[in-house]
Amino acid sequence: MATWHEYVQKSGKVPDWPYPVNYAKVNEVVTDVLVIGGGVAGLQAAINAAKSGVKVVVAERGHAKRSGSGGAGVDHWHGAVTNPCSKVTPEMYTRACYDSMQGWTGGHVRYIITKESWDTLLECEKMGVQIRDVNDEFKGAEFRDDKTKLMFAYDYRSRHIVRVWGWNIKPKLYEEARRLGVTIHNRIMPTALLTTGGRQGNRVVGATAVNTRTGEFYVFKSKATVICTGGAGRLFLFDPEMTASGSMSDLNSAGVGQALGWNAGAEFVCMEGSGPNRLSGYSYAPYSMANAHNTYHGVPIVDADGKEVPWADAFNRPIATQQGRFLPSEGQDFILGEGIGISRYLPQYRNNDLARDLPERIRRGEFKLPLYADLTRLSDAERHCIFGMMVGNEGKTRIPVYLTMTQAGFDPDKDLFQAPVMMPEGYAHANFWGTGINTPPTVRGPGGGGFLLDWNLRTNLEGLYAAAGGTIFGGGCHGESHTTGRYAGRHAADFAKNAPDPAVDKKQVESEKVRAYHAVRQGRGGNGWKEINVAIARIMRDYCGQYKNEATLNLGLRLLKELRETELASAYASNPHELGRLLECHSLIDVGELMMKSSLARKASNSILDFRRLDYPEVDPSDWNKLLPIRQEGDKAVTRDLPLDFHLKAPYAADYEENYQRYCGVQTNKDGK
Amino acid sequence: MSEKAYMVPNPATPNKAVEFNPDICVGCNLCVDVCPTDVMMPNPEKKKEPIVVYPEECWYCGSCVEECPRPGAITMLHPTQQRISMNWKRKATGELFRLGMKNPPPPNNRPPSGG
Repeated sequence: MATWHEYVQKSGKVPDWPYPVNYAKVNEVVTDVLVIGGGVAGLQAAINAAKSGVKVVVAERGHAKRSGSGGAGVDHWHGAVTNPCSKVTPEMYTRACYDSMQGWTGGHVRYIITKESWDTLLECEKMGVQIRDVNDEFKGAEFRDDKTKLMFAYDYRSRHIVRVWGWNIKPKLYEEARRLGVTIHNRIMPTALLTTGGRQGNRVVGATAVNTRTGEFYVFKSKATVICTGGAGRLFLFDPEMTASGSMSDLNSAGVGQALGWNAGAEFVCMEGSGPNRLSGYSYAPYSMANAHNTYHGVPIVDADGKEVPWADAFNRPIATQQGRFLPSEGQDFILGEGIGISRYLPQYRNNDLARDLPERIRRGEFKLPLYADLTRLSDAERHCIFGMMVGNEGKTRIPVYLTMTQAGFDPDKDLFQAPVMMPEGYAHANFWGTGINTPPTVRGPGGGGFLLDWNLRTNLEGLYAAAGGTIFGGGCHGESHTTGRYAGRHAADFAKNAPDPAVDKKQVESEKVRAYHAVRQGRGGNGWKEINVAIARIMRDYCGQYKNEATLNLGLRLLKELRETELASAYASNPHELGRLLECHSLIDVGELMMKSSLARKASNSILDFRRLDYPEVDPSDWNKLLPIRQEGDKAVTRDLPLDFHLKAPYAADYEENYQRYCGVQTNKDGK
Repeated sequence: MSEKAYMVPNPATPNKAVEFNPDICVGCNLCVDVCPTDVMMPNPEKKKEPIVVYPEECWYCGSCVEECPRPGAITMLHPTQQRISMNWKRKATGELFRLGMKNPPPPNNRPPSGG
């Protein structure tokens, strides 16, 4: 017995819901720090808040032992520039990110990340995560420092990206959080932040939530709150039957944290930005097919006849040797590395890559499809490192790729691994399994925007902090989520120590309760959550695509509102699981509205945000070279102007390090110790 | 021969996501506990393998397999459209293989780095 179908047909019965359901029961949880979202950022926030002696509660949508985009593992750790082998400084790294994005990323968040990334990784090592080649499997390899036993990725000279054995990083964080006395509530779907007097823009004093197994109601009362949720992965596309195994974020990614903040009056920036949503689109299972990107960087790609595809450096000069694929070329200080949450790279920091004219050469017949990854052409150390160390530890590779493929007989010492067969243009990017070419161009994803945070990683709302790569402006991916979570948790705890007890507004709690259970009181013939989610995604693709104008954006907003008031309002949830998914649909609509309202505010096209206004076609006019923080006041969206480098302007110092020393909350000497 | 038939919705695509070996699984439900999206639910019959209720919500992280205390009790299955896509070719002989093929080659038992 395995599937529901099998059970029903063998027993002739529909199984009862396995958990006791009690929609009326209210659980009150009082704490100093509430962390919303128990992924890698959330558990780091919880651990670091708990270390300073305050009471910490985590509200997690799945189960915190394994959940979140980072819960599936990690194989290389970016921005560890203060490790003893690194030739990169925090200033160099931050400038490289900021200049590559022409200022359209939070420089202060980047600086905080690079100052603390290595320290965060060392703490993970203490929790039991392997970050060094302690078994001497790769002794003498070019990418290894034999003294520290650290191993590096992408750029073997600059040595700021550390290869790690992070398949079990989430269970290790989970054990540490529990050891420190953090209380974790799993299967919790938050519905709203609570504010003093129940008023938008006031101090945040907790949250309401629903348990998606029991249906019970939760009232969290907290002195400080940290939002550590993922992005809105299901906003532009909902087709899990096609895409779920190809995605790098799970179905719980519904933008819930951003929706909570938006409704409470928090400020956001760059939510008008979006980009092609390659990784949640029509791709193959991550790392399950030949490619030469990220985890597979540097792998020889050959055509059907065994002819190898050449490599080129960032300035499009041929790279003659295999070794050269892992080194900066002339004119480069260092290689930044990919998967750090930026969408643009200046050539002096860009990665080496397969020949850029590969699509054209395939069309001309120079390279014959299918292409293969020929790992046998690598040194033994590099081959086993890529397929065995990196594939085996990176997210969604240990079971889904390494175990599955090797048990099916795949042997990287002997076999050629086939790449997806696709249109020649699909080979323009070395991440073949992402197959951007197969994803309809209307499928986009939010790009780089998020909560606007200060040097404390606090929002504009008193008591509300935020972290996690996909949720904040200036975030990144895996390591960046750990590091921002760690910093935000520390600061939330400091605030909580001197904050008054949280006084929640009873009226706000009662009205949230009515709103949260609306879907279980509807007629049983109503729509289900999937149909609503698909409709939301359709509205976003049609009305908030790459090209927009005032009229289409306003129509899109009208349709989202219509959907919420009609089909979503009459949708029925037959159990707590469906209720959770329907509540997520509300969050998705909130984030959709946030994106559309942000889009209306920017009356100019912008190349970095990949933002095209048909009614304002001039791209990057200088008077719009500014951030437009946006927040809700009632039904109105309120915006203001903010310079891109606000983090180095009054009231802040003009220097990154000076600000860091002023705000980091720990005493450090010049060496960062 | 007449057989009993039920009015049930079409099987989901994919319909499995994971497969249990009832001879090894003891129904401890640890996989059910950690699944981020509640793909599985406990079997109403105690000590029996869980029921896959929401296979289309699986994101194929493999947490359930990692959590399982009894190796072989649970296997992650990529959707058929992904299994059919994962192909390889033996360099020396040109033989073609794919995940899920009828007569698969013997497994490669080399463990990943670090154990």
